[in-house]
Amino acid sequence: MDYFLSEEQEMIVDVARRITDEMIIPQRAHFDETEEYPREILNALAQADLYGLYIAEEYGGFGGGSFEMVLALEQVARGCTGMATAFAASALGAYPIIISGSEEMKQKYLPEIASGKRFAAFALTESGAGSDASGIQTTAVQDGDHWVLNGTKQWITNAGEAGIYTVIAITDRKRGARGATMFVVEDTDPGFSVGPKEKKMGIRCSSTREVILKDCRIPADRIIGRVGMGFIIVMKTLDVSRPGIAVLGVGLGQAALDEAARYAKQRVQFGKPIISFQAVSHMLADMAIQIEAARALVYAASRHVDAHRDQASKAASMCKVFATDVAMKVTVDAVQVLGGYGFMREYPVEKMMRDAKILQIYEGTNQIQRNVIGQELNKEYTK
Amino acid sequence: MIRIVVCVKQVPDAKDVRLDPVTNTMAREGVQAIMNPYDRHAVEEGVRLAGELGGKVTVLSMGPPQAGETLREAVSCGADEAVLVSDRAFAGADTWATTHTLAQAIKTIGGADLVLCGKQAIDGDTAQVGPGLAERLGLPYVTCVKKMLSCDGQTIRLQRLMDDGYDTLEVRLPALFTVVKEINEPRLPSLKGKMKAKKLAIKTLTATDIDADPDQIGLKGSPTQVVRVFSPQPRGARTMFSGTVDEQVEQLAAELEKIL
Repeated sequence: MDYFLSEEQEMIVDVARRITDEMIIPQRAHFDETEEYPREILNALAQADLYGLYIAEEYGGFGGGSFEMVLALEQVARGCTGMATAFAASALGAYPIIISGSEEMKQKYLPEIASGKRFAAFALTESGAGSDASGIQTTAVQDGDHWVLNGTKQWITNAGEAGIYTVIAITDRKRGARGATMFVVEDTDPGFSVGPKEKKMGIRCSSTREVILKDCRIPADRIIGRVGMGFIIVMKTLDVSRPGIAVLGVGLGQAALDEAARYAKQRVQFGKPIISFQAVSHMLADMAIQIEAARALVYAASRHVDAHRDQASKAASMCKVFATDVAMKVTVDAVQVLGGYGFMREYPVEKMMRDAKILQIYEGTNQIQRNVIGQELNKEYTK
Repeated sequence: MIRIVVCVKQVPDAKDVRLDPVTNTMAREGVQAIMNPYDRHAVEEGVRLAGELGGKVTVLSMGPPQAGETLREAVSCGADEAVLVSDRAFAGADTWATTHTLAQAIKTIGGADLVLCGKQAIDGDTAQVGPGLAERLGLPYVTCVKKMLSCDGQTIRLQRLMDDGYDTLEVRLPALFTVVKEINEPRLPSLKGKMKAKKLAIKTLTATDIDADPDQIGLKGSPTQVVRVFSPQPRGARTMFSGTVDEQVEQLAAELEKIL
């Protein structure tokens, strides 16, 4: 379907599509198998200016928004959701600086992130704080003109690969929702280290590790926004980043449909290509309908997010739930269409099915997204 | 500031080559046109060197107006400027006429410290244009360069691929090199490059603009005569053995026994 993209937006799609077709698709099975971090491919995305899509031109970026990032991510996810996750995670790590960072902080970090010279990462989750962010145990204590951080962040995407981490820590537990603060921590800071690479079901090439902060001492100008604003910045960050996760479902779903439809056309049983059997063609039709509906919702939601940053939560959560649930369903169906071949690692759809599952879990489980939508509805109908 | 000229050619995509069954010539209509793959490596090396030493990369092509697309592709991959030499009078040029045309064009745009070409084009496969162009320009040249070791703007140390290894050479600039695929991994178009390429006004030069000798261009200036074009006979049936070395040897022995 034609989404009436601008000429510049078409160029973004073109640039990302070529890297996906020529570099990512031929190498994705290798990186899934070895679980190596695809540094060279991510560098190619950076060299093509895609790491700065959502960053203002004055900081070396392209000057686009969530929607421009969505267009690039859709293509990359069509190739490999693991690589797309690593790519998206740098944006997730950068958004707190864009949303609430001081001018000096933006000038210091955003050009490096936009050029891909250093990757970023977002450190929120802890072993006892997943869906319930108030369970955070990491603390930050002021010591003169420095802050000292202690705690362990869990399942941090890009950990060990990124140079710039946006970290939330409790600064005053008594203040509740206003008791947390976000900081920039660099990999070179004293007391910073990472844990071993986690072994995952899918998105295996992306790096997932603990971030360990042990008496990690950082200067006071690393505070993002003001003391006590941590949770607000997290919420605003997730509003902007969630369409980026949603669209991974669209790209991945499209890739699964492409494989399934191509296979169904050439696979002959009972003397006919299996696409000529209604049982199969209706499955493909349902996949196509759901993917297109997801794409339309994600595009619309991310454009809404760019235009209305302060009223973005519901749209962001709706597209995240819908598109990632579609990705799960469509990839399961793609394996079914390929039958026994679909179950074999020689064919790409089993990886797609494994990769899809995390989309329903990370950046807020789909259950949490429904909570957000429900709360927003509750507010709307109170008026 | 080093001035680098990279010569590029638009060729039919090798994945999609068809021969006209009547004329036995290559069918170019309706076939996807791409930048000659070797030339992509030449562009990358030029862009890399210019970035390191400070300088400018001009991509140059002789061809019909559509060849401008190949020049835009080179600019989207980092080249600074593009020049197209295009004139009906150039039609039917062989490598002799092509080298005259390219040499005149390079002189017209002010010469170069370094001229880079792909080893050969995948359509004609002659590998003659690079060396021929160097002769026309009176430049020293090295073919099949696989690695640039160092360059200070005056001399370049490089490795030339040979059948049995490689030579290490030092060459004073100005010079011309043709490159092989081993030299680098060409980058894909960047967003800023694509936007620049889109807006770029390609400088187009005609036979008159480059002061070409009318007897040395196009079909008239081409001494090459194609006597006959034919498709080689397909080879006889082949059998591929697979499995471990021992298994393959066993299979081979069994086949030989049948013959003996």
